[in-house]
Amino acid sequence: MTDNILQGALFTVMVMRVGGVNGASLEQTLRNQITRSPQFFANAPIVLDLKDSGGFSETREFLEMKRILASLTLVPVGVQNANPEQRIAALAAGLGTLTAPATSRRSAAAAASAAIPSRASATPAPAPASQTKSLLITEPVRSGTQIYAPGGDIIVVRSVSAGAEIIADGHIHVYGALRGRAIAGATGDASARIFVGRLEAELVSIAGRYLIHEDIAPAHLGQRVQIVLQEQRMVVLGSG
Amino acid sequence: MAQVVVVTSGKGGVGKTTTAAAFATGLAQRDKKTVVVDFDVGLRNLDLIMGCERRVVFDFINVINGDAKLNQALIRDKRLDNLYVFPTSQTRDKDALKREGVARIIDELKQSFDYIICDSPAGIEHGALTALYFADSAIIVTNPEVSSVRDSDRIIGLLASKSRRAERNEKPVAEHLLLTRYSAERVARGEMLTVEDVKEILSVPLLGIIPESETVLRASNTGTPVILDTESPAGRAYDDAVARLLGETRELRFLRPERRSLFRTIFGRA
Repeated sequence: MTDNILQGALFTVMVMRVGGVNGASLEQTLRNQITRSPQFFANAPIVLDLKDSGGFSETREFLEMKRILASLTLVPVGVQNANPEQRIAALAAGLGTLTAPATSRRSAAAAASAAIPSRASATPAPAPASQTKSLLITEPVRSGTQIYAPGGDIIVVRSVSAGAEIIADGHIHVYGALRGRAIAGATGDASARIFVGRLEAELVSIAGRYLIHEDIAPAHLGQRVQIVLQEQRMVVLGSG
Repeated sequence: MAQVVVVTSGKGGVGKTTTAAAFATGLAQRDKKTVVVDFDVGLRNLDLIMGCERRVVFDFINVINGDAKLNQALIRDKRLDNLYVFPTSQTRDKDALKREGVARIIDELKQSFDYIICDSPAGIEHGALTALYFADSAIIVTNPEVSSVRDSDRIIGLLASKSRRAERNEKPVAEHLLLTRYSAERVARGEMLTVEDVKEILSVPLLGIIPESETVLRASNTGTPVILDTESPAGRAYDDAVARLLGETRELRFLRPERRSLFRTIFGRA
């Protein structure tokens, strides 16, 4: 159908350090932590950090760990900081390898390389603290203003006036009326979408494709819509 | 504490000077010591509307350049004791408005006045930006018509980004929307934007609606601020707006087309 079924995506995911703890005490420590907030951990994907860990050079050990984690409702999806031997053993146990972020703080490049495929788990990854690069605009965006959200989404709580321009590398959300221009996926992300509370836009664009006001079906004008790119064509979807 | 109020719009011809003159007069009538300052260098009009054009000796630019003292340039209104007009120069251009010079003058005016009304030139260039830079509050003059609304939107954006309050991260400039040249008949016929349309697009609190009225033109030609014409709907609407600026609650008037009286119909005086 589409020529690109694989797409990058970023997730927040828990990382568990396994170095320096033995199996029994690790299980107990985890169990204590999980019983405190079971909702938060339910079916959560988890990455094993093998830094400073002895062992884990055999698939059997990973399978055992998977069994323990499954009993605690956790879903292991991969390992990081693995040596070549550990990597092969993990892979045989169905765990992918992720590159560890350079620092504990998430940089865009590191987060991108640490990204896991969205099919890894049906549950969305828990997001404890918001560290996204979204740009939140709570004031009306006035005519003549240009706002760019590099590397992230832009969220406008109020309206975007005619003659104003909002640009994001990711998605665009406008809760009020969009009367100006909205350019999503500015660096080429064709999966970016534009969500609009009331569509009255001069121009909407995703990854270089665009619609001007005249191209928008009258039935969609003044409506709550989302705009997506399907097979290189801009499609306006009603709120349904 | 002295208040600096800029009367601005972006678009020309919407009624900025008329509004500045009306507000200055209305505030002076309410015992506020007020000066109205003409920032429209090169297109000196405020003194005409205020009826003091024959008494201009020194101007804004003379004071900026140190050629005259502030007191020499201020013209006292003949009708109201605590109303002064600060005229601008007709022979210079906006570049003569140097930011430091203007700052010095505004500070000096703040020492002796309650209200400093700045009549902005049209546009979004140096003149208009200088006029709005020092503002504590702004009256955004808008006609119920798309181009005027869009220009006002632009100016509101500049107030939020280019004013001194914005630069210093202080409390933002207080914005007030004033709809002028409002014709209830034309709105009813769908030829003009409704009050609700304009409020929706600009999302700024409404200070007042001034009906389109021939008395405004007459007032300009005679050099009498229209607010002094208590018979005129425009004059009364300005009086309401000044009261609201000072915190009074007054109901909006002149929103519906006027009924022609039987008398006027019979005698054809409509």
